[in-house]
Amino acid sequence: MLIFTLKRLLSLGLSLIAASVAIFFVVEIIPGDPARLMLGINATQDAVDALRTQMGLDQGLLSRYWLWVSGLLQGDFGISYTYRVPVAEMVQGRVWVSLPLALYALLLSTAIAFPIGIIAAAKRGSWADWLVMGGTQLGVAIPNFWFAMIMVSILALKYHLFSAGGFPGWDEPLAALKALTLPAVVLALPQASILARVMRSSLLDTLSEDFMRTARAKGRTARGAMVHHALRNAMIPVLTIIGLQFSFLLAGAIIIEKIFFLPGLGSMIFTAITQRDLIVVESVVMLLVFAVILVTFLVDITYAMVDPRLRRRA
Amino acid sequence: MSLLNINALKLSIGAAEILHDVSLSVDAGQITAVIGESGSGKSMTAYCVNQLLPRGARAEGKVQFNRQNMLTLDESTLCQMRGTDIGMVFQEPMTALNPVQTIGAQVAETVLIHGAARKVEALKIARETLNRVGLPEAQFPLSRYPHELSGGQRQRVVIAMAIALRPKLLIADEPTTALDVTTQAQIMDLLKRLVQEDGMGLFLISHDLGVVADVADHIVIMRKGKVVEQGATAHIFKHMLHPYTKALFKASSHKPDRAAQPQNTPILEVKNLIRDYALPRKSLVGSVPTFRAVNNVSFTLKKGESLGLVGESGCGKSTLTRAILGLEAIQGGSISINGQEVQAGHTIPRALRRNMQVVFQDPYGSFNPRHKVARLVSEPFHLLSTPPKGPARKAAISEVLTAVGMHPEDADKYIHEFSGGQRQRIAIARALIIKPELIILDEAVSALDVSIRAQILDLLAELSDKLGLSYLFISHDLSVVRAITDRVMVMKSGEIVEEGATEAIFQTPQHDYTRALLAAAPSLEDLMQ
Repeated sequence: MLIFTLKRLLSLGLSLIAASVAIFFVVEIIPGDPARLMLGINATQDAVDALRTQMGLDQGLLSRYWLWVSGLLQGDFGISYTYRVPVAEMVQGRVWVSLPLALYALLLSTAIAFPIGIIAAAKRGSWADWLVMGGTQLGVAIPNFWFAMIMVSILALKYHLFSAGGFPGWDEPLAALKALTLPAVVLALPQASILARVMRSSLLDTLSEDFMRTARAKGRTARGAMVHHALRNAMIPVLTIIGLQFSFLLAGAIIIEKIFFLPGLGSMIFTAITQRDLIVVESVVMLLVFAVILVTFLVDITYAMVDPRLRRRA
Repeated sequence: MSLLNINALKLSIGAAEILHDVSLSVDAGQITAVIGESGSGKSMTAYCVNQLLPRGARAEGKVQFNRQNMLTLDESTLCQMRGTDIGMVFQEPMTALNPVQTIGAQVAETVLIHGAARKVEALKIARETLNRVGLPEAQFPLSRYPHELSGGQRQRVVIAMAIALRPKLLIADEPTTALDVTTQAQIMDLLKRLVQEDGMGLFLISHDLGVVADVADHIVIMRKGKVVEQGATAHIFKHMLHPYTKALFKASSHKPDRAAQPQNTPILEVKNLIRDYALPRKSLVGSVPTFRAVNNVSFTLKKGESLGLVGESGCGKSTLTRAILGLEAIQGGSISINGQEVQAGHTIPRALRRNMQVVFQDPYGSFNPRHKVARLVSEPFHLLSTPPKGPARKAAISEVLTAVGMHPEDADKYIHEFSGGQRQRIAIARALIIKPELIILDEAVSALDVSIRAQILDLLAELSDKLGLSYLFISHDLSVVRAITDRVMVMKSGEIVEEGATEAIFQTPQHDYTRALLAAAPSLEDLMQ
């Protein structure tokens, strides 16, 4: 297990290096001079050159890459071309909205998906199964912006249970949590639907395995066999989906952030792209890649904890 | 009164009646073997005893165990009895264990479910039981996982789970079918010993008369959901009143008539063949460790000859087959087909490759289910530079299908419409269609029932007489190899340890390993005498 973890860590490091190189050079080959862009077309060439020197743009590719990476490692993400403030500060405020939102949605998604997926598999072919299968089909099909609007118009505008949007900040934890609830529910619905279906089909596969019959022959009840033997074996595909969902939720919530006026990472990246604020794009993308690779690493470790056969391969 | 008395048992699943009036009994300390081909209802009869029937199954009649009718008991009583009074062992040891739990936890589970002991005590019982089934603590600590054990060792764990609470009745459903002959003999000995030590009744299910013949006290022959004959083992072997019993015995030791005479020219020559597999790296530096699966193997197969290759799982016989077929690169030696040599590091040219075709073991897994028979059978045409088209292609397909005893109309059907035996005929047709000179049969009859197996062996003999085919016949089943080959090679740990004329090897084996194999293999012929 230790060797497995070390090998995964090594692969995590290598992935990060590869990703940073790729992101840096992709952003580099995009045409356009950021210094010119910041100063506007009326600026003098001298002013632009001065700014280029100040931003380190006149140095070679390698040394600029090195400056960028060593900056990242020290928490220095550079200065936004558009707003002239450190990117780290801009990101910090946003991360504390996007990260809790993603975790909240993931928690909801799992909390909904596990029980209904398990019930559907245990009572295969019953009305409960039909209900789950139909409901999740609908959950996957409904566009989340539409669902968001429905939720806002009913729960916020009609019954005033939640506010229609905005984020009060974490100084008031309860109010902040409340502000994130509607967006989290909206984000969780399709994810929960997918996860429930994966849970169900994975569990059904496991239930038809020979060792389930062995468990029954030992005297386990149908439910006991499910709890003690099927669940853990059915977790592998479910974990994979959870990992993918977290990565998606972290940066893919842009529409929902817009609808609920949340100051999250998604809307920040969107703005940065339209304003050609490439240093922000670069840094935030790197941050997201880091998050995804980290989650993948955690999922890998969990795999190995769940299934001893995976510990030997690395 | 017997321990288990099944009386006039009927079972239907949906509208289909699976069992009709089955009656049999198992006595304490005795072994009752139920024999039958697939679909005979032997396993279903066993599942009626511990009531682990598939959904929608309805059983009628009486299954009297310990003075209780199992058919009338409620689920919670049944759960208490399973594992305590009735243990069960399954066919497939590779999948019968939970892959994510240790063997200790799984054996102790039997004790814990029934509240027979606390955790510490249960683990102690698990340890003792594993010792009893021949898995001593030194090599097999409780913390082992199933994937770290071989098939035979896993089957011992399954047996340990079944007997941990010393049940009165043990049901064993084809417990050795998936195992090698030497392992099979050991597992049968173990079961026999446990029956004697614990005074258990053993309900033993098998399709193989040879396996049960020298352990069973009582034999029940089943066919299509009915008991056709039953009685004391010696009595059954002596008298065999029912025609089906006779047919079954005959098919089990069937020897096809073969007229073909091997010629002197070789079709296949293998010289010093070496096949290495890369193993996972142990450290980050240094060379990749390898495992030599085939070590310096040389042999010659003549035109018209049938050559057997026997050995246990993992001995390298399938690897050798894949190397000969050019499916995997070899690391040393050469393969000559019709006198044309292909050295290691070169691929076999298509013109040579077309002289060899293969038939695999699994008639269910070796066909693409979405293609029609015509397309499946004509697949090897890609080896020809000018494959026949249109009516010529159709004629070729009809011809091979007829040659293997199928109808030309079968070309338009899908593979799921055929039985295992028919599929194996189609597999042979697929091999024949480009008129190869050599067919490699990789366990080609191992998955078939004995009566079907006899038919396929006859077909193979007939085809080799008619077409002058050579066979490389790979099997773990010694009696089949004896029936169909002229010469035989015995393989162990990647090497050929003995080679010679089939009868000579079977009668006077020279190598210790060959002797051990032959001693472990059940032979009906010896028993009949």
